[in-house]
Amino acid sequence: MTPIEHEGTITHYLCIECPLGCRLEVEEDFDGNIVEVRGHSCKKGESFAKREHTDPRRMVTTTVMVRGGRWPRLPVRTTAAVPKDRVMEVVLLLRSVSVESPITMGDVIVADIAGTGVDVVSSRDMPSGSEGGRELSVAAVER
Amino acid sequence: MKDVIIIGGGVIGCAIARELTRYDLDVALMESEIEVGFGTSKSNSGIIHGGHHTEPGTLKGELVWAGNQRWVELAEELGFGFRRNGDLTVAFDDAEVETLEQIAHQGRDRGIPGIEMWDVDRVRREEPNLSRDIVAALHGPTAGVVNPYEACFALIECAVANGLDLHVNAPVTFISKCPDHFEIIAGGDRFRSRMVVNAAGVHAEVIARLVGLTEPVIRGRKGEEYLLDKRLAGIVSRTIFPCPTPTSKGILVIPTFDETIMVGPTAEAVEDLEDVRTSATGSETVFALARRLVPGISERDCIAEFAGVRAVTPNNDFLIGPTDVPGFVNVAGIQSPGLTAAPSIAELVVQILAEEGLNLSLRSDFRGSMPRPVHAALLSIEELAELATKDPQYAHVVCRCELVTEAEIRDAFVRGARTLDGLKFRTRAGMGRCQGGFCTSRSMNLLAEMSGQPMTEVTKRGSGSWIVREPEHVDGQVVEMT
Amino acid sequence: MRPLSTILDRYDVVIVGAGPAGMAAALAALGTGVERVLMVDREAEAGGILNQCIHNGFGLHYFGEELTGPEYAQRFLTDLLDHNIDIATDCYVVDISLDRVVTLMSPEIGVRQVAAGAVVLAMGARERTRGAIRIPGSRPSGVMTAGLAQKFVNQLGVMPGTRVAILGSGDIGLIMARRMKLEGMDVPGVFEIMPHANGLNRNIVQCLDDFDTPLHLSTTVVEIHGKDRVEGVTVAPVDGQLRPDMSRTRTIQCDTLLVSIGLIPENELSQRLGLRIDPATSGPVVSSTMETSRDGVFAAGNVVHIHDVVDFVSQEALLSGENAGRFVTGRRPPADNIRLSAGINVASIVPHTISSDREHTVYLRVREPLEKSWLRLGSVYEKRLRYVVPAEMVSLKVRPRFLENFHGDTLTIDILPRDEPVRDER
Repeated sequence: MTPIEHEGTITHYLCIECPLGCRLEVEEDFDGNIVEVRGHSCKKGESFAKREHTDPRRMVTTTVMVRGGRWPRLPVRTTAAVPKDRVMEVVLLLRSVSVESPITMGDVIVADIAGTGVDVVSSRDMPSGSEGGRELSVAAVER
Repeated sequence: MKDVIIIGGGVIGCAIARELTRYDLDVALMESEIEVGFGTSKSNSGIIHGGHHTEPGTLKGELVWAGNQRWVELAEELGFGFRRNGDLTVAFDDAEVETLEQIAHQGRDRGIPGIEMWDVDRVRREEPNLSRDIVAALHGPTAGVVNPYEACFALIECAVANGLDLHVNAPVTFISKCPDHFEIIAGGDRFRSRMVVNAAGVHAEVIARLVGLTEPVIRGRKGEEYLLDKRLAGIVSRTIFPCPTPTSKGILVIPTFDETIMVGPTAEAVEDLEDVRTSATGSETVFALARRLVPGISERDCIAEFAGVRAVTPNNDFLIGPTDVPGFVNVAGIQSPGLTAAPSIAELVVQILAEEGLNLSLRSDFRGSMPRPVHAALLSIEELAELATKDPQYAHVVCRCELVTEAEIRDAFVRGARTLDGLKFRTRAGMGRCQGGFCTSRSMNLLAEMSGQPMTEVTKRGSGSWIVREPEHVDGQVVEMT
Repeated sequence: MRPLSTILDRYDVVIVGAGPAGMAAALAALGTGVERVLMVDREAEAGGILNQCIHNGFGLHYFGEELTGPEYAQRFLTDLLDHNIDIATDCYVVDISLDRVVTLMSPEIGVRQVAAGAVVLAMGARERTRGAIRIPGSRPSGVMTAGLAQKFVNQLGVMPGTRVAILGSGDIGLIMARRMKLEGMDVPGVFEIMPHANGLNRNIVQCLDDFDTPLHLSTTVVEIHGKDRVEGVTVAPVDGQLRPDMSRTRTIQCDTLLVSIGLIPENELSQRLGLRIDPATSGPVVSSTMETSRDGVFAAGNVVHIHDVVDFVSQEALLSGENAGRFVTGRRPPADNIRLSAGINVASIVPHTISSDREHTVYLRVREPLEKSWLRLGSVYEKRLRYVVPAEMVSLKVRPRFLENFHGDTLTIDILPRDEPVRDER
């Protein structure tokens, strides 16, 4: 019996939804429609595969420069996942950003980064001044 | 015009420098690395040999015992650590016991006191963690341990305080013999001196050739050493030697001055005199042989490893003396027991220089003693608290594994540290079990601040050993926060 | 906020470390009604290692949200600042005496001693370094742990190099592989001595695959090259006994080697206190209340055993803080009566003892991966597990009803392959 021949492309993904790490396969036809998803053990895996295949997105976490703060770098994050193929573009834009302390966690650093509709916010409070250890409490920014 | 230029700032060069600054002379020292001791000396095992292991009929044998005795005073005067913890040379069978008895003879003939054979019961009582297969041991109470780099720094600081002109980052590239002096180019600068002392370690042959001499001939013999976690401190209290063979002293178990246990060194001929690589076979050999002496030792306790290259002459002995070039003195092939013999080598060299025509007149204002640097880790809590009331930086921890405070780091800078290794060897910051994981960024920040440079200019040990670099420059865009 | 110089001479509970473990312990201690709590940290601010873990993935269990490290830390800090707690930063604990006198030092207060009713050790872990595995070769600059590189990049804004090889596929190594690429550095590869990756799948995908960074399994670094600065590393495949095959080496050009080969509990203070240490974890032996072998000394977090998920650190630390508080107020729970023993395929278990009257969460690590297995708690309880790996801690809820008919003093936990016939002894 001759093997069934598939006339499309098969892409492989490693599922990240749980530690099982199923090896997923997404097969599409000539027109790019998903024909079949294989290799998953649960529904989450199946939807992960479909998402990864059609619209892979990633959260971006990086740092921007900050002046006058306790540290020279401020960690920032995107408020939602951005298209995977725009991650480096987002990061490159952020590399040029410099902010002034004090900063409060959640402050919007760049709104609608690279036109993705996603904001980049501060991941922490960044108080002014270069030293800690002066008070019996963490010098948090006034809220 | 200098009276003497010493080429090489290892422990020998530093010892000679200090000795020469007792006299009314204009002395300079040229060191090729960024700090003294950064050649072979920093990799030295730090053992001050008891004097009984060294063969008679050699220059080594003539100088070792006198050198040993001088270390006690030196440590006192210059404030570095020295512990006369003694050594034990062990035997696993009767043939080895015979060898030990020969060594005992050798030692007594040299006038070394206290050499004693211990039977198995005494060995087990005194050093309970040694192998149960050991049948006897030779105890040499005169042996000790120092930190060799501490000794280098202390010696050179004393010399500098007494007027030594120290040049680092100054490799000697040219020497020309003129009728009554030498012209020398070191680190791109030109110097003139009546006499030259070649104490350049593994580079002594290269230096000698600059004046057309065919001696010394230097070969390299590399030694790898492995440092163990402090939790093993006290596993032995004396330096443990296996029974020596004709070719080697063997792999030792060394309780260093700071109580970290060190095992090694290997002995391997190397072509490249700067080959300081450690190796898998080296590590296997060292741990296998160390375990044979002290079964409780395991690779899992290793926290660091390093290697150094010994300078070896064809007859394996020191080569110290005047040469066919008047005023040029060789001090070469100073391998073990070189550290031990250093003080007496220095005295011998001064004598040789006098015979070469150097005018020696003792200074009345020679400062032989140096204040001991503070090591917070060695102080009691009360002493530390006292210090901290006068200088709060004594209460600011930089290296937590070795308890090194900011005050000590700053002091090390004042005393000449310009690199991370320079700080490490003066203060021990970065030598502990986390190997700088915690303190590196703090030390670098302090160095950067004190030298007025950005962090990216701080190096591990000068030259091209940068540690971090600036991020790629991107045109800044200042974001206005609303 | 009061100046650090107003630090008191005596506290009910002193917590060493203000990272995730310390902060949770502090919150829980405060919840028992003790009056004076002091939390000490050697860094300039609280937050511990979380401050440099700028990536997300924290808090899924504890907060039901995916937070970055600093965000997770800030949640606890904000909560703490609503309480009456003293937090001493840039302050180092030099010693703790057997009667719980804590010696502190900081430039603000000099060297001071503070008496503690109870102490919680929460100092976290340190990284294994090159020396621990004795990588042969020269000793140039450019060899550092992944965590140190993380601090350089994320807090100090300087880069460890330009072309960065990484040894070890644990999560820290994987996270840094991504971080290096995001900051414009080359990562020629991540090298892992085991035949399987050590970190979470999501990190393999998002830190390596996304960036086309190769992961070389069963490969290790056999030599480091470079006189002053790293110039390259030689790698070789390893066999089943993890021995490198030196006939098949290749040299990777790079100027930096990050070493990500595991964490060790920070056990200096534990050793000074003479605590009983479990060689399997390198951390102190603890009871179900997270109390160590010394009365009134509790411990939680990475200092006890290395965790993978910070949420579990917090859970464990809440327990330690609560019990530290109860130690002081005199309302301690009954002592443990059952010792837990690591059986087949179990590398370590924490806590080391439990009591039959309360519910406990027990954490363990397996030695070998198993796709399908039984977890057996003596003969009183068993549970099916899927896909256990040494890199991921397994947690087990032990309920009093399991122990109703158990009268022994030791329970052994085994993890057995599930194709074996299960002996039913209930």
